[in-house]
Amino acid sequence: MACKQKTVPFSGTKEQEAELKNAIAQLKDTKGCLMPIMQKAQEIYGYLPIEVQTMISDETGIPLEKIYGVSTFYSQFALQPKGKYQISVCLGTACYVKGSGDIFKKLEDLLGITNGECTPDGRFSLDSCRCVGACGLAPVMMINDEVYGRLTPDQIPAILAKYQ
Amino acid sequence: MYRSHVLVCGGTGCTSSGSQKIMEKLKEELAKQGLTDEVAVVQTGCHGLCALGPIMIVYPDAAFYSMVKEEDIPEIVSEHLLKGRVVKRLLYQETVTPAGVKALIDTDFYKKQHRIALRNCGIINPESIEEYIGTGGYEALGKVLTEMTPDDVIQTLMDSGLRGRGGGGFPTGLKWKLAKQNDADQKYVCCNADEGDPGAFMDRSILEGDPHAVLEAMAIAGYAIGASQGYIYVRAEYPIAVERLKIAIKQAREMELLGKDIFGTGFDFDIDLRLGAGAFVCGEETALMTSIEGNRGEPKPRPPYPAQKGLFGKPTILNNVETYANIPQIILNGPEWFASMGTEKSKGTKVFALGGKIHNTGLVEIPMGTTLREVIEEIGGGIPNGKKFKAAQTGGPSGGCIPAEHFDIPIDYDNLISIGSMMGSGGLIVMDETDCMVDIAKFFLEFTVEESCGKCTPCRVGTKRMLEILTKITKGQATMEDLDKLEELCYYVKENSACGLGQTAPNPVLSTLRYFRDEYEAHIKEKRCPAGVCKALLSYHIDPDKCRGCTLCARNCPNNAISGTVRNPHVIDQDKCIKCGACMEKCKFGAIYKQ
Repeated sequence: MACKQKTVPFSGTKEQEAELKNAIAQLKDTKGCLMPIMQKAQEIYGYLPIEVQTMISDETGIPLEKIYGVSTFYSQFALQPKGKYQISVCLGTACYVKGSGDIFKKLEDLLGITNGECTPDGRFSLDSCRCVGACGLAPVMMINDEVYGRLTPDQIPAILAKYQ
Repeated sequence: MYRSHVLVCGGTGCTSSGSQKIMEKLKEELAKQGLTDEVAVVQTGCHGLCALGPIMIVYPDAAFYSMVKEEDIPEIVSEHLLKGRVVKRLLYQETVTPAGVKALIDTDFYKKQHRIALRNCGIINPESIEEYIGTGGYEALGKVLTEMTPDDVIQTLMDSGLRGRGGGGFPTGLKWKLAKQNDADQKYVCCNADEGDPGAFMDRSILEGDPHAVLEAMAIAGYAIGASQGYIYVRAEYPIAVERLKIAIKQAREMELLGKDIFGTGFDFDIDLRLGAGAFVCGEETALMTSIEGNRGEPKPRPPYPAQKGLFGKPTILNNVETYANIPQIILNGPEWFASMGTEKSKGTKVFALGGKIHNTGLVEIPMGTTLREVIEEIGGGIPNGKKFKAAQTGGPSGGCIPAEHFDIPIDYDNLISIGSMMGSGGLIVMDETDCMVDIAKFFLEFTVEESCGKCTPCRVGTKRMLEILTKITKGQATMEDLDKLEELCYYVKENSACGLGQTAPNPVLSTLRYFRDEYEAHIKEKRCPAGVCKALLSYHIDPDKCRGCTLCARNCPNNAISGTVRNPHVIDQDKCIKCGACMEKCKFGAIYKQ
């Protein structure tokens, strides 16, 4: 998951840190608390840089290497920040047979980035995902929470223009 | 009392096509006409016909409006809800007959369906426990706790013949019996809602449309095996389902249908939610439990089976959402009722998610034993654009492609396995003559390579080598020896992988090799992709008889590969052509073809 912004400095605030510590304090006595804590942390910071993982380790006593192991195992945990507008194209079977591969290719061409990357200006990031469950509208992509269905490649420039 | 109820689908499919806006507009129009006290607007779960969303049903007339647009709402409100005149023009056209409006259950899409797991989806408001109770909800739990022993419950399930709907098809009653036999201070009941099979969304629809059915069944399971705690492991990609589950758990706790001393019987049971984080392998039972424990979701060797040593080292049962959704109905209606449906070894119904090249994409629940032909041609409405059926893919990345020659085989667990596919969680993707089977096999292998957890070598390395060979084939660089190697590798990975993911990963390749070997051979021997999908094997040509020399193609070619003068036929330079297809898209005379 290489991101073109390779060295984004960590810019967490005191408020975010307090919120995370508060969440950890509430969760840490439940069984199997690590993933819920990491999900909360990603909600607060938008991603899980090593600084945040270290905070979780310090607060819970769980070894950092275990936290790193979990964060790299699951595709939803991001070690790099995402774009302001997160584009995810469904490459599930139903969308694939209806041509979502071409949609993805078009986005790659237009944005100049590939799977897991974000544009240098931090505006768009591109990911493929497996089935958002809107198979009736295939092929489908999402930009943040907005779902676009029944797409064709020539609609893509106009949709991106809305976010410029 | 309301004189009319308007049901608006709030499932993911319809929400994606804008049902929230429809609902707001509807409420606004009703207020304008002063009908707010007379007409109730209810948000329901999925009706199944996702292709026609957003969907809206007006009762008592049962008028089924499909593909509703915001601008249609004022007319529906003023004509139908105010004056009582159904707006026929906006109805689902299949329900409109010269004689009047036909009931939805008489349409081709619904008439062969039998809804048990989807019983309440699209009927009740999933965010209201009262509506669930109003349709007989929590009655099964009451019956179990007050009239039945745990052994009675297990026997009932065994007699019903219910098998796991998540893919494996293991008898549910037997699974519970094994967990009950193991004594422990703590046991767990888990629900697998990590529906990772791309193209399958029945579990999501059940959670969105009828979440209490799953909670009730889990409590029944807790009583049967002696567990007091349940976990639902649900995909984080399903925000609506997660939200409705949270609401349902809260309501059930408030009504003391979860928690301590349920129904005053001394039985304690509670449920917590755990969110997945996007790992397909976590649908495997041991990996799922490892993930709930807060670890990398890697599978563990079995035995010990979860019934002996599962979550946190304690006896655990794990069932899939659809399996649970059947259970309250089996308790209430009896095992004989359930066993009367289906085939000899597969009882009851199965929900399928129809997708791909088919008219009625959506969710259907059919009795086991229904044929593929009935599902695709009758319920699904056939293949669009006059194309020919090529294959139906079931079982997702673990399943296979079923060709037209098996169109009349009754669908059940064992039949699907005998023809090289499997039930899986119930995704059914239809492919037509323009889909390349080698490309589809490659698509699934890409998926498995990405999702392989990497713990065991056959799966981690084997699937990668298989993908490399498939890529060579699609590029026209493979030899017949490569094909033999691919097949050998398939059996090796199948036999030696540690968990279900690796053991079934070769199925898409094996089944396409079995039925579509000629397509593989065409790629290898003739360097040709019969379906016209594999880019490296295609070339674009201009038919000189059809070309008018308008120059549009030449102007749109990104690589200046097309030459010619005005009003004279153009030619594509094959060395320069990058096969993007832009010329073919632009040509107004259909003069450009690929082969």
